[in-house]
Amino acid sequence: MLEIKDATYEVEDEGKVIRIIDHLNMTVGDGKFVVITGPNGGGKSSLAKLIMGVNPITSGQILLDGEDITGLNITERAKKGLSFAFQAPVHFKGIQVVDLLRLAAGEKISISTACEYLSKVGLCAKDYINREVNASLSGGELKRIEIATVLARKTKFSIFDEPEAGIDLWSFQNLIKVFENIRSSVQGTILVISHQERILNIADEIIVIEDGKVKKSGPKDQILPEILGTPSAANIACEKLGGTL
Amino acid sequence: MDEIQKKLIAEVAGLHVMPEGAYNIRANSQLAARNTTANIDIVTKEDKPGIDIHIKPGTKNESVHIPVVLSESGIKETVYNDFYIGEDADVVIVAGCGISNCGSQDSEHDGVHRFFVGKNAKVKYVEKHYGEGDGQGKRILNPVTEVYQEEGSYVEMEMVQIKGVDSTVRTTKAELKDEATMIVHERLMTHGSQKATSVYTVDLNGKGSSTDVISRSVAKDTSEQIFEAAIVGNTDCHGHAECDAIIMDKARVVAIPRLDANDVDAALIHEAAIGKIAGDQLIKLMTLGLTEEEAEEQIIAGFLR
Repeated sequence: MLEIKDATYEVEDEGKVIRIIDHLNMTVGDGKFVVITGPNGGGKSSLAKLIMGVNPITSGQILLDGEDITGLNITERAKKGLSFAFQAPVHFKGIQVVDLLRLAAGEKISISTACEYLSKVGLCAKDYINREVNASLSGGELKRIEIATVLARKTKFSIFDEPEAGIDLWSFQNLIKVFENIRSSVQGTILVISHQERILNIADEIIVIEDGKVKKSGPKDQILPEILGTPSAANIACEKLGGTL
Repeated sequence: MDEIQKKLIAEVAGLHVMPEGAYNIRANSQLAARNTTANIDIVTKEDKPGIDIHIKPGTKNESVHIPVVLSESGIKETVYNDFYIGEDADVVIVAGCGISNCGSQDSEHDGVHRFFVGKNAKVKYVEKHYGEGDGQGKRILNPVTEVYQEEGSYVEMEMVQIKGVDSTVRTTKAELKDEATMIVHERLMTHGSQKATSVYTVDLNGKGSSTDVISRSVAKDTSEQIFEAAIVGNTDCHGHAECDAIIMDKARVVAIPRLDANDVDAALIHEAAIGKIAGDQLIKLMTLGLTEEEAEEQIIAGFLR
């Protein structure tokens, strides 16, 4: 179980303190598939990075299975069983897909095991295993490799930050399938940040974050109809289409 | 050969047993072993130290290993090796120098290599440098490489110096005729107070000739690197030079591009990038459970692959 207690995250911009996460409280139960959604700029990605330790928490507490991990760095949290798929996958020079999967697995897994992870994210493994993790791969390919690294870690708590961001519609169709697979096959807790109705639709629970706070949370069947009918949802839809209401 | 020399050979030539094909092993300025084949002859020079390597036209899939090791302190030598590669040959040449200096005097090996590459011949040349030993004496390598390429020939050079050489000045010159191609991959890591300079000059004299000179380097501690790549385009040709360096600690890296186009159809490009290890790369690997130091090692190892 992951508990966030009274978490605040502030950054300084040109001498002004901006509060991104504002005394936020939330709990994610074991084995759940939870989707965090809400308007852009509401603090979703910042919150995900607070959990992983990529962003430094200003005040508050993060507990994993009752243990306070607030003071731990990224590596220590990773070793405690947290994984993170970045919204914008990182490029490397010289590091190949298989290297990254081996580092993720924490052992020298065989090529065929590495290929299994790639197949799970819908990549034809043999075409990718020796490719460098750089811009020669498309956005959708990098995104799926990023997700594969999280699968290879087999941790008890996996965070996916906007897996749909920056990929084309065709890749998106495949990505939804990938998450449906993850939903059915992965043991452990999954936290996804997403705007996508089809990802929201496979959630056990949905948490809506706005202005750095939890606006509402609960079972999908209760939350999804509410947000689909709200001005907030319409706004999100309009933003995606490039306009405003 | 003793154990130290065998280890050095393994480091610079990847050899654990005597190689197949032609070879010439030089240890502490003496000939330690030589083998020639029906197609590849190796002859000791009479006027100065060094060897002539003659590869017959049409020789395919053969290799030549010419490692040099220095395990005594205080040796200073200049060796002249000339390679004559016949038309249509396709060969791999592995050179390299390993120095183990546990003494107080400097050890220095300056290899002057000249390649005369015949029409349509294909050569892969690998040169590795390696130094070890905890003596006060410096380990110094100053290789000079000259390449003369005939029409349609193809030369690929892999220059590697990862560890332990205190001072290096590498000078490489090439002249290319019509449709000739030269590819250079340099990988360099310096640490401590080492200094390494690489100067490449490629003259694209023939129509349709091309070159790609790529350097990837890592400079640690207080080491210094200078990379100078000059490409001269005298006709319809393509030239590309790239210097990509990771700088760490208090190191210094200088990249000096020089493109010299003397023809309206000469297409020359230079790219250079120097910077520290990207923070997002470190963070990504740390989210996989690596410590910052482990992440750094992996990033460098990949970069220099």
